[in-house]
Amino acid sequence: MENSNHIIAVAQILAAKQSLPGALLPVLHDVQDTLGFIPSEAVPLIARALNLSRAEVHGVITYYHYFRQVPPGRHVLRVCQAEACQAVGSDALAKHAQATLACDFHATSEDGAVTLEPVYCLGHCAVGPNIQIDETTLHARVTPEKFDQVLAELRSKP
Amino acid sequence: MTTTIYIPCDSTAQALGAEAVAASFASAIAQRQLDVTLVRNGSRGLFWLEPMIEVATPAGRVAYGPVTVKDVASLLQADVLNGGAHPLCLGKVEEIPYLKRQQRISLKRVGVTDPLSVEDYLAHGGTRGLRRALTLTPLEIVKEVTDSGLRGRGGAAFPTGIKWNTVLHASGEQKYIVCNADEGDSGTFSDRMQMEGDPFGLIEGMVIAGLAVGATQGYIYVRSEYPHAIAALNAAVIKATQHGWLGDSLLGSGKQFHLEVRKAAGAYVCGEETALLESLEGRRGIVRAKPPLPAITGLFGKPTVINNVITLGSVPDILANGAAAYQAFGCGRSRGTLPFQLAGNIKYGGLVEVPFGLTLRELLYDFGGGSLSGRPLRAVQVGGPLGAYVPESQFDTVLDYEAFAAVGAVLGHGGIVAFDDTVDMMKQARYAMAFCAIESCGKCTPCRIGSTRGVEVIDRLAAGNPGQTALLRELCDTMQNGSLCAMGSMTPYPVLSALNHFPEDFSRRTQ
Repeated sequence: MENSNHIIAVAQILAAKQSLPGALLPVLHDVQDTLGFIPSEAVPLIARALNLSRAEVHGVITYYHYFRQVPPGRHVLRVCQAEACQAVGSDALAKHAQATLACDFHATSEDGAVTLEPVYCLGHCAVGPNIQIDETTLHARVTPEKFDQVLAELRSKP
Repeated sequence: MTTTIYIPCDSTAQALGAEAVAASFASAIAQRQLDVTLVRNGSRGLFWLEPMIEVATPAGRVAYGPVTVKDVASLLQADVLNGGAHPLCLGKVEEIPYLKRQQRISLKRVGVTDPLSVEDYLAHGGTRGLRRALTLTPLEIVKEVTDSGLRGRGGAAFPTGIKWNTVLHASGEQKYIVCNADEGDSGTFSDRMQMEGDPFGLIEGMVIAGLAVGATQGYIYVRSEYPHAIAALNAAVIKATQHGWLGDSLLGSGKQFHLEVRKAAGAYVCGEETALLESLEGRRGIVRAKPPLPAITGLFGKPTVINNVITLGSVPDILANGAAAYQAFGCGRSRGTLPFQLAGNIKYGGLVEVPFGLTLRELLYDFGGGSLSGRPLRAVQVGGPLGAYVPESQFDTVLDYEAFAAVGAVLGHGGIVAFDDTVDMMKQARYAMAFCAIESCGKCTPCRIGSTRGVEVIDRLAAGNPGQTALLRELCDTMQNGSLCAMGSMTPYPVLSALNHFPEDFSRRTQ
C-alpha cells in the first residue's frame, strides 16, 4: 500500500518537473520533500522518465549528502560541525547530542524521535554553536543545557 | 500617526528568537489597539545585538537590542513608539559605530528595507542600475563593469568585466547567467544576508549581466542549508516578474530575461563552478577539467557567466552610480568594498562591509572587540575551510587580495573565523584533511586519496612519530600542484599554515 502511494507521488512529481532542463535534482528534492526520503522504487521511474540509467540516478542520490534513502525520524536535527562553530564549542555539543540521543551522526534515536546529522555550516557563524531542526527552525549559541531544553520540547511534539 | 516598528526576519535573528519577539509585539499591538505597522526587515548584521528592533521616529530610526519576549512589555511602557529611553536603547541605528564606520554598497539595503517590498526597493535606489543598463549597448555595460575594477567575490577574485567580455564575444544562440549561491565556507554569511535581506538586488544584478552578454535565462544555485534564502528568492522572482523586472519585456523594453531558483543538495564542492554546472545539469557534482572555460562551454555546453551573489549584487550600484564611484574605494588592485564576516570566537560578530585596505587587526579588534571568551586570539582562519590560519604576527596584513597572497594566505569570500588560545592547531589541520576527504568529488587522485592519507599521517604524528612531518609536507605539495580544482589544491593552506605558524602544537606530542 505504502509502495503504491510512493509510486503515485513520484509519478505526479515527474509529470510536473520532468521537462525542466537538468530536471534530476528538482525531481529528487520534490520526492524527498513529499515522502521524507527517496524510496528505492522511485529510482526506475525517475530513470525512465528522464532517459537515464538507474545507475545514474542512484549515483546522484548517493553523491549528495542531503538526499536520504531511508525514512528519517520524526524530526531531523542538524548540528553544525564547521570551523566557526568549532571555535565556540561545537565538538562538545556534538558529543553531548550523541550521548543524549544515544546514537551517532547519520542515525536515529531509538524512540524514533530524532535523526541526528552533522552539517557543515548553516550561515549563522557569528552566534554558534548552531543547530537546525526540520529545515527551518534554528537555534543559536546552543549550550548542552539549551540543547536539552530544545530536545525536551521536540520530544513532546508529535 | 502610524508608527513603524522593524523586527528582522533574517534567519540568524530567527535563531536568536526574532520570531517570538515579533509575535509578542504583534499581539501587544493588537491588544492595546496601537496604531503601529510591523515590518520584517533584513538584519543590519550586528548579530550580538539581535534580535534588534528599530522604531521609525521623526529624527530617524532608533534601535533596541538584544530584545527578548520578556522585554516587550517594558519597552512599550517606556514609550518605545516615540524612541523612548530604555536600558536596551542603542540610540539612532545609523550612529552605532559598528555601522557608521562601514561603507555599504552591495548590502546597502539589507536591514533597511522589507526584503520583499517593491515600494521599499524603489525608494532605496532599486532598478536605477537596470534602467541605465537598458539605455546602453552590451559593450558599454561590460566596459562599465570592467572599469569599476570589480573582481569575483566568491573567492577567486577574477576580474568580472573580463569574464563578461568573454561571454559577450562567445558565439551561441543561448547563453546563461548562473549565480553561485552555494556559500559553503564556514564563517561566511554575506550571500545569505543578501538573498534573505535584498533578493531584488541580486535579481537586478543578474538581469544586467544578461543584458551585458546577451543571455536570456538565469539560474540561482542556492545551498539546501539556506531554506530561508530560497523562500525569499522564490517570492522575489514572482514579484519581480509581476513588475516587469523579469520576463519577456524588461520594463517594457522588449528585452527578455527569465530566472529560476535551484536548490543544491549539500555538496561543498558544488561551490566550484564546473561542479556546480554539472549539478545544475542533473548529475553528480564532479569537477570538469578546464579548459574549456565555462565562459565558452558552460551550462548545457553554452557560454555562461558564473558569478557569486555579492559580485552580482554589486553590479546594480556600479551601473547606477558609474564605475568611477565604485573604483574610488579600495586599495591596490582590490577595488570597491568587500563584505567581511566576523565569526567564530569573536565578541562582536557580524557583517562588516568596508573598502579594501583595513588591516586584519583593525577588523578583529576595532570591529570585533577581540575574542568572545576573553582569552587572547591565537589563530584566525580567513577565507573558509580552504583558507590559511593566520597567526597574531600577521594580523597587521592589509585586507586586499594581493597582500594576503604575499603572506601565503587568501581573502577568499571574506569569512574570518577567530580562535582563542585554547585551539589545538594540529586538530584543525586534521579537520581540514578530514573535511576534504568527506567533500572531495573523487575525480582526481591527489584530492580523493591525498585527503585520506593526510588524516592518517596527522594521526601518526599525533601518536608520536615526528618523521611524518616531512611526509605531510610532501603530500601537501602533491595535492597543491596535482589537484584539478581548489578543493584539493587549497586544502594544504590550512594544513601547512597550521604546521608553519604553530609547530609547537605538532611537536608537543612527538617529544
